Amino acid sequence: MEGDVVQMGAYIGAGLACTGMGGAAVGVGHVVGNYLSGALRNPSAAGGQTATMFIGIAFAEALGIFSFLVALLLMFAV
Amino acid sequence: MATDTYAAEAAESELELAFHPMDQFIVKPLFGEGVVGMFTVTNVTLWMALAVLGVIALLVFGTSSRSVVPSRIQSVAELCYGFVRKMVEDVAGKDALPYFPYIMTLFVFIVFSNFLGLLPMAFTTTSHIAVTAVLAMLVFLTVTIMGFFKHGLGFLGVFWISAAPLPLRPILALIEVISYFVRPVSHSIRLAGNMMAGHAVVKVFAAFAPMILIGWIGVLVTPLSILAITAIYALEVLVAFIQAYVFTILTCVYLKDALHPHH
Repeated sequence: MEGDVVQMGAYIGAGLACTGMGGAAVGVGHVVGNYLSGALRNPSAAGGQTATMFIGIAFAEALGIFSFLVALLLMFAV
Repeated sequence: MATDTYAAEAAESELELAFHPMDQFIVKPLFGEGVVGMFTVTNVTLWMALAVLGVIALLVFGTSSRSVVPSRIQSVAELCYGFVRKMVEDVAGKDALPYFPYIMTLFVFIVFSNFLGLLPMAFTTTSHIAVTAVLAMLVFLTVTIMGFFKHGLGFLGVFWISAAPLPLRPILALIEVISYFVRPVSHSIRLAGNMMAGHAVVKVFAAFAPMILIGWIGVLVTPLSILAITAIYALEVLVAFIQAYVFTILTCVYLKDALHPHH
């Protein structure tokens, strides 16, 4: 019984960790949106900043990945 | 009334998925059954070997003629080479060019693994954290050892941000140390997670596709899910390339940190 409760808590926690995706989505959308609005104002400078945008996306996405990591830990390691 | 719902539930439970969406990620021995040991030839081995053969076909046999007017496959190889070289030069700087072969190797291997994994019935090797963790740990160790080798203890300057006000620096140093050691984690899980999630989504929609065999609801669901598979597949083609690109570009960023540790 006690183990069941722990298991249930772990599954609920793993599900709740998915809300972290929303944060990552907001972050990535913010990065790309700002890149696009800057690029439309000054298209000649846009090409050189694509790599920077992808680095920004990667860093914003990393924090979403940690929520996935938390879910994995709850599912398989707790 | 209650018995009706129970009967309906029992009928529904028989309509289980024909396959589990995560079944495609099971590592199986290629020949016969049995346990997967250290040296067992598995489907991972097969698809990694195919990726390497694809790379060889493109970059060795494709460029063997070295004609001035390139053939189609040679121009693809040249495009690939130029793309990665420009990325290394732009992001990590000219003095990172000695490390270009390593970064090129990473890029073409990940691109080929990702794209081969998109074939039906294929196995995506990069969807396993074990595979990507090795790639990411190699990058992490290479960059760290190279940084200490080049700068000695001066490499620790990467944690000491001299642009920040002095009272803030210890706190920032702590954050920098944590984020430095988390790098291989995010680096590997980003690739594996993206690949795994995309392929699982395709399989989830594929499980809805045969609903037309079940009843009238399938008339609505089946075309929608087939459309969704098509759309997700197109997205996955994009993601397969972008994730390889992101992996490589982050390697370049880490390399730049190791080559110029002083902010």
